[in-house]
Amino acid sequence: MISRRRFLATTTASTALLAARVFPAFAANAPGVTDKEIKIGQTMPYSGPASSYGAIGKAELAYFKKINDEGGISGRMLNLLSLDDGYSPPKTVEQIRRLVEQDQVAFIFQSLGTPSNSAIQKYLNDHKVPQLFVATGATKWNDPKNFPWTIGWQPNYQTEGHIYAKYLLTNKPDAKVGILYQNDDYGKDYVKGLKDGLGDKAAGMVVKEESYETSDPTVDSQIVSLQASGADTFLNATTPKFAAQAIRKAFDIGWKPLHFLNNVSISVGTVLKPAGLEKSVGVITADYRKDSSDPRWDNDAGKKQWLAFMQKYMPDADLGDNDYPYGMMAAMTMVQVLKQAGNDLSRENIMKEAANLKDLELPMLLPGIKLNTSPDNFAPIKQMQLQRFNGKSWELFGDVLSG
Amino acid sequence: MTVLSETPAMADTRQVAGLSLSTWHRIGLVAALAFALVVPFWASSYHTFQFTLVTVYAIALMGLNLLTGYNGQISLGHGAFYAIGAYVTAVLVHKTGVPYWATVPVAGFVCLGVGFLFGFPALRLEGLYLALATFALALVTPQILKFKTFASWTGGVQGILMDKPDAPWGLPLDSDQWLYFLCLAVALPLFWAARNMVASRTGRAMVSIRDHPIAAATMGVDTALVKSLTFGVSAFYTGIAGSLGGIVVGFVAPDSFSILLSLSFLVGIVVGGLASIWGALFGALFVVFVPNYADQISDLLGERAKALPWAIYGLLLIAVMYLMPTGVVGMLRTVAARVVGVRGPRTLVAKTE
Repeated sequence: MISRRRFLATTTASTALLAARVFPAFAANAPGVTDKEIKIGQTMPYSGPASSYGAIGKAELAYFKKINDEGGISGRMLNLLSLDDGYSPPKTVEQIRRLVEQDQVAFIFQSLGTPSNSAIQKYLNDHKVPQLFVATGATKWNDPKNFPWTIGWQPNYQTEGHIYAKYLLTNKPDAKVGILYQNDDYGKDYVKGLKDGLGDKAAGMVVKEESYETSDPTVDSQIVSLQASGADTFLNATTPKFAAQAIRKAFDIGWKPLHFLNNVSISVGTVLKPAGLEKSVGVITADYRKDSSDPRWDNDAGKKQWLAFMQKYMPDADLGDNDYPYGMMAAMTMVQVLKQAGNDLSRENIMKEAANLKDLELPMLLPGIKLNTSPDNFAPIKQMQLQRFNGKSWELFGDVLSG
Repeated sequence: MTVLSETPAMADTRQVAGLSLSTWHRIGLVAALAFALVVPFWASSYHTFQFTLVTVYAIALMGLNLLTGYNGQISLGHGAFYAIGAYVTAVLVHKTGVPYWATVPVAGFVCLGVGFLFGFPALRLEGLYLALATFALALVTPQILKFKTFASWTGGVQGILMDKPDAPWGLPLDSDQWLYFLCLAVALPLFWAARNMVASRTGRAMVSIRDHPIAAATMGVDTALVKSLTFGVSAFYTGIAGSLGGIVVGFVAPDSFSILLSLSFLVGIVVGGLASIWGALFGALFVVFVPNYADQISDLLGERAKALPWAIYGLLLIAVMYLMPTGVVGMLRTVAARVVGVRGPRTLVAKTE
């Protein structure tokens, strides 16, 4: 015989279960979500000074088309409205307001650019519209306390600084570090990342900091004074033109430090070749992506998956452009979040699932690198691997490191 | 350059459908005002925001039109004054906590000073040379805003974020509607003042310098002073517009004020109609709405056309200039002249420079 209490408990539970079936979600679905469609908004610099990044938006449109061709997500088609903002923040504000208020998108995905995302961050957070996986390397997107509706994607500059610090503490704890950085938020993020990573030892280890302006003709004098400071380790946090100058000058004056070159200037073609390949031997950098032009990955399953996608959906694209794998992987992250959200497509739940990624692996990430987020970690990719230049190409070494 | 000059001081007595053209002009004005007053109540807040931008750009274009349309000096650098206006407001609000509305006149007067001082030496340069000097101004302004010495004030590349103001005094308006009316309330007296100025002695001096500088000097016009003052007043208008633009968008950064902004101002006054008060308004409508239509048209062409908006914009611009070589206002005047026919005195004359 069933006790009264048990009977009550069972009936209550089954009623609740039934209610849950009939009313599957208590929070209403986000605007732009129907049984057939999920409307997503985005701004991209298809024109203007940063238009080469438009490749990212194109790759994302193409990947969502692939998902739609395969039946969408639970029968819902992904409709990405990707608008041009010309990399101009006021235009971004206008376009984002159009997307949110007029087109009624469910959320914003991968809008590109640090100034453009800064301009819309407050508006989107005030209106509780998710600003997902912003396409910028600044550190400020990982701030769930103040901006719970904004989340980053790629490793940020401070993370990379942490990784160099980690390497130094294990392999060269008595290093005397000289830093050259661009005098803006990007350069300062690296300096902060390295110093935070070194912790208490930073004051003793960093012996000299030099900065430059983008309007400076060369960084020769900075390199000379870094050498004179007695530094035996060099963090080169500079953009391509200055990175090439720094490598060349250091070699020419006979300064042979342990040389860390930031990921921003990783390109062999635009940095190391102009600097001189033989002068760049031994330079170390960190990366999280498989270089799409590196033949080492030709038999790699991940690269094959990417190539198959490109051949079918973007047959005319330049395969050497690393923005295409970037776009595809960001789109895959989005698809994963929407799958996890299931049938509760409220803005709250989409944001909750964006902050609930567990060990997500993507085909063009270096082996071992995984995406992880949590309510207090809004920086999905935090791992990178070091690589050394051998005169021809980058050679990975050591383990994947977390920043 | 062929421009149609307005003579607003004279009443136009030609008749259309029993009413004089002046009356028609007045009816148009009242209708436009009535439209401006009700639009935020039926438009969505996004459209209200767009109309606010139209108002802001109209003020900036009015300023440029005083300089280029009426005084004949070509500026490719008014985006710089727009930027200075926006930054004066942002820095004051952010650093000193001055209420945002109080910064608008400050921004205007700072630009008046900068414009006058820049104008004084630059005005020895004529025509294309002045265009190049102002072009340089537009190019360096974003660089200076990023410069490290000022970065603690200007926020460097990251710019400055401002709170969006709510309507004061418990007015039953949301913040978009309030900003719209604020901008409108600033724009109307500025337009009224501009109209009076071009109809005054100073206005005639400005136009005479444009049409024949030597004759103007012979008549006793102090050309250097009038030109510098026009430059200052023009910068004043554009600075006020920049200040309002900063408040409306709620964010300023060097990337907001690229050379493209200055060029779109010039496009705006040419499309709207040089040397006309209404031209600034039509130009502002073009500057705000046409790039969006270009974007939508390119969307219809599919994903591969993602880089096309500016090509479509260019085609539209060519089409507009082909169909309306003297701008929207010029076309309206031509239409009016057709309707009136050859009867009645012609007070509207084409002037050739």
